Amino acid sequence: MKRGILTFGLAIAIASAAFSASAQTLNAIKQRGALNCGANGTLAGFGLPDAQGNWAGFDVDYCRAIAAAIFDDPTKVKFVPLSAKDRFTALQSGEVDVLARNTTWTISRDTSLGLNFTGTNYYDGQGFMVRKSLKLNSALELNDAAICVQQGTTTELNLADFFRANRMKLKTVTFATSTEAVKAYDAGRCDAYTTDASALYGERLRVANSNDHVVLPEIISKEPLGLAVRHGDDQWYDIVKWTHFVLLNAEELGVAKANVDAQMKSDNPEIKRLLGTEGKYGEALGLPNDFVVRIVKHVGNYGEIFERNLGQPTPLKIARGLNALWSKGGLQYAPPVR
Amino acid sequence: MSRAGADEKPAISPLHDPRWRSAVYQVLLCAVIVFLVYSAVDNAAQNLQRARIASGFDFWHRTAGFDISQTLIDYSTVSTYGRAFWVGLLNTLLVAGLGIIIATIIGFIVGIARLSKNALVSRLAGGYVEVIRNLPLLLQLLFWYNAVLKALPELSDSLVLPGGAFLNNRGLFLPQPVAGAGFSVVPLMFVIGLAGALLFRVWAKRRQERTGLQAPILLATFLLVIGLPLAAFLLSGVPIEFGYPEKGRFNIRGGIEILPEFMALLFGLSIYTAAFIAEVVRAGILAVSHGQTEAAYSLGLRPGQTLRRVVIPQAMRVIVPPLTNQYLNLTKNSSLAVAIGYPDLVQIFAGTVLNQTGQAVEVIAITMAVYLTISLVTSLLMNWYNARIALVER
Amino acid sequence: MAAHTPSGTSYVRAQAVAPLPPPLVESGAIGWLRTALFSGPLNIVLTILSGALIVLIVPPLLNFLIFDATWSGADREACLARPDRPVVGACWAFIRERLGYFIYGFYPIAERWRVDAFFVLLTIGIIWLLAPTARRRTLGAIYFFVVMPVLACVLLLGWPAIGLPEVSTTQWGGMLVTVVVSGVGIVFSLPIGIVLALGRRSRMPLVKLFSVIFIEFVRGVPLVTVLFMASVMLPLFVPEQWSPDKLLRALVGVALFASAYMAEVVRAGLQAIPRGQYEGAMAVGLSYWRMMGLIILPQALRVTIPNIVNSYIALFKDTTLVFIVGIFDFLRTIEAARVDPKWATPVTSTTGYAFAAIVYFICCYLMSRYARDMEARLTTTHRR
Repeated sequence: MKRGILTFGLAIAIASAAFSASAQTLNAIKQRGALNCGANGTLAGFGLPDAQGNWAGFDVDYCRAIAAAIFDDPTKVKFVPLSAKDRFTALQSGEVDVLARNTTWTISRDTSLGLNFTGTNYYDGQGFMVRKSLKLNSALELNDAAICVQQGTTTELNLADFFRANRMKLKTVTFATSTEAVKAYDAGRCDAYTTDASALYGERLRVANSNDHVVLPEIISKEPLGLAVRHGDDQWYDIVKWTHFVLLNAEELGVAKANVDAQMKSDNPEIKRLLGTEGKYGEALGLPNDFVVRIVKHVGNYGEIFERNLGQPTPLKIARGLNALWSKGGLQYAPPVR
Repeated sequence: MSRAGADEKPAISPLHDPRWRSAVYQVLLCAVIVFLVYSAVDNAAQNLQRARIASGFDFWHRTAGFDISQTLIDYSTVSTYGRAFWVGLLNTLLVAGLGIIIATIIGFIVGIARLSKNALVSRLAGGYVEVIRNLPLLLQLLFWYNAVLKALPELSDSLVLPGGAFLNNRGLFLPQPVAGAGFSVVPLMFVIGLAGALLFRVWAKRRQERTGLQAPILLATFLLVIGLPLAAFLLSGVPIEFGYPEKGRFNIRGGIEILPEFMALLFGLSIYTAAFIAEVVRAGILAVSHGQTEAAYSLGLRPGQTLRRVVIPQAMRVIVPPLTNQYLNLTKNSSLAVAIGYPDLVQIFAGTVLNQTGQAVEVIAITMAVYLTISLVTSLLMNWYNARIALVER
Repeated sequence: MAAHTPSGTSYVRAQAVAPLPPPLVESGAIGWLRTALFSGPLNIVLTILSGALIVLIVPPLLNFLIFDATWSGADREACLARPDRPVVGACWAFIRERLGYFIYGFYPIAERWRVDAFFVLLTIGIIWLLAPTARRRTLGAIYFFVVMPVLACVLLLGWPAIGLPEVSTTQWGGMLVTVVVSGVGIVFSLPIGIVLALGRRSRMPLVKLFSVIFIEFVRGVPLVTVLFMASVMLPLFVPEQWSPDKLLRALVGVALFASAYMAEVVRAGLQAIPRGQYEGAMAVGLSYWRMMGLIILPQALRVTIPNIVNSYIALFKDTTLVFIVGIFDFLRTIEAARVDPKWATPVTSTTGYAFAAIVYFICCYLMSRYARDMEARLTTTHRR
């Protein structure tokens, strides 16, 4: 206790000490030979290891893309499964270099938690899953319902806001992990389970009889999900941020896994700049100039990552919706490589 | 050296002088600890600064914004983090307090059963202690939670218990007594009864010292403290109403709601701790030598009196210190609530609040301070009690 | 004093009283039954009640665990109730399939022999230290507290230079982690605990003060908060480039926690040593450390072996709490596996818990038996 107060006092005292950002994260990763990536671990479509420990998912592929950019080898990633509760600590404490765990971007997380969000790789919103037998049409009918929710998420706060705004009575049952929350919902402990809509599709597969459950139409919040890094290393922040942007640009320009070699010979100046045949944009990030080629060759562009993990070929069958490119009616818009 | 007189200390080189050496050791130790603390604090300051993590206790007064499933005091999503802390603390104390009572009852029964002459009973009790003590508490809690959850019926076919109570996998719903008009006479009678019982006690003691006659103190106390308020309650026309739970669209409304998480935690903690208390009780009773019982019999005391006046007072002296330790263990173990989702101090404060504010140092420090305070206060009470029973010894 | 005349005293019996029936058999099976179970009305009631309780618990348990259990199968289908098999017991097929995961976690399959080798090394160390007939225990202690930890580190973490590829701790899991956590707990807690116990009995006020503060502080808070502190605050207290990994942080927490408890166990042992031993040692001119190392500690530790083992049992059970800070120990792997959709059946969870319970029970029971035997052995030697 005393130590805590002392620490806190000194923390304020030294608050004025100068600090300069350096390339330490990238160097540490190169030295280590692997990227430490904080991932979900229990969410199908975003981050889930199979029985052999092979990770797959949308966020997982983002980490693989970063590893491909640094090492030209997407397997040089160590995934650390994190619960919603532990994730920020893991990033703050340096246990992971990047947090790719469907994390909502909010002002308090971006500032007082000491994180930097690198963009929105998935536009999401919070929804509810209920039993079909309840015959509900809207989340507004959930007055007095017991709702299972995962601890330490924006979901927990939005839920409280939604019920308060609509003057409904709320009974939350909070669990430390989503697994426990879904399990409890499935066992009948709650009437509804709430989390980000994207995750709901994945969680629906985890209940015993997924056909007995429906996802309600309401989306009660904005949940821009993104990757986050620690405050204090701008170069690393840029690398993660631009990994996301080049994935979008690659899709926009039609550069895909299958045609990337052919596209290298393209005359389109935008593609030339993107793939590093013109300009030295990679170097400015501390990466080789062809880092986008490495990324796309190993993991594909944004659209390919989306389809592979969340789209029609998967059991989740999530439509692009808001996550379509801006040119196709969605919100995904990346600054140009120039 | 050889001239050293009787009053003159022999000259020892400082290297071999125990006082010098101990001083040097202590200074070294202090230096090491100061260095460790300093570097830790320095690192923490730098790390916090680098990551620009907020610090300070301002968060205490900020709006928490999350809901808590069990609140003993008024709490809503617009309450502050500080309020959430008190909710968590009270929930911890509630489960610990009830757990202590139940564990003590089960523990004493099992402990005495282990000493039973009946082989089946003593072996059954022995088996209970052996199995429960050798399984991790967390495993037992998970088992109880899932067993409690799964074994109970769904809301739609809740078990209806006599007296208007419901039991389902959402919890136990009991009628809530509400004091009606004229109820105030009952507590008044209770106070009068209590005072009367005390007076009776003093009178009976004096009379026994004078004449040797015993008065039925227990019966009189019972009648005065329980009977008097009960009579008043009945005579004033049962001035109490019950808020009965009733099925709503989703949940059962009204009444007292007991969460399954709470039941699982209470069950698990009580059963686990009871096994340890049983061992404490057994050891305590065995510690009273058989000669004491025989001596009491030869003085003409009846078995009940022997137990009450000879065995138990002596056994208690052995039992109470380890028993208190078990109570403390139970309180500390209640922090495992975090694994099954019961909103105790650790789950709410070191869980949600820590996560929401990101202020690990402050939150963990407060949480630890709470448990430490509970431990220290209990230790102080324990020492006081020990000193008191030590005086009785002759 | 009247003369005794048989004819005049009518109050003297003339015939012998009919002999009393022979006393009830108190030996043999029937005798035992009678005295132990049916010696009075209360006793009979108790016997019937406990009998009913046993009947209520044991047969369903056996049915679930053995008679109705599913022993083999590829997925959940094998463990679902079917019309021809309405009652389904434990789903051991699930345990069989995931056993590798429960023991090794995500440890790469090709490298799992290293974990096995570690288990063997550990077993040798334990037997060497604890077997009553073992020789050269000092050497055993050096092996257990110095050689084995180093070997274990090299084996488990890997050392690319000698051809053992690196395996990061994030891939560890299951029984391996449980054993590592409890092993680190015991290897560190004993030396630190001894130092703290000596510190608490020291005559130097500051040494005593620091020891008391540390011991009482750690013993006053729950392990969960110590683990939280280790996992959340520890990274803040060390330079950023160290960034200890998750498992290491939990290990630090467990080691500190176990040390404080061990200190109290050792202190009890030190207090049990008669003053004469201290005085004798001082009289022959031994220095403090020699007195402790040669005279006091060997005796004190010997009498506390049962208590040390008991606190080790507590530690072994407490390792399950690393679950809460997100480390995949044995119990956590079971928790994770039981919600696997591939094996989702109504009995999967119960089977998982039953398996965990059996494993923990066997480990703890063996240890407590050892402690009890050792205690009996020690009391007899003392009596002699």
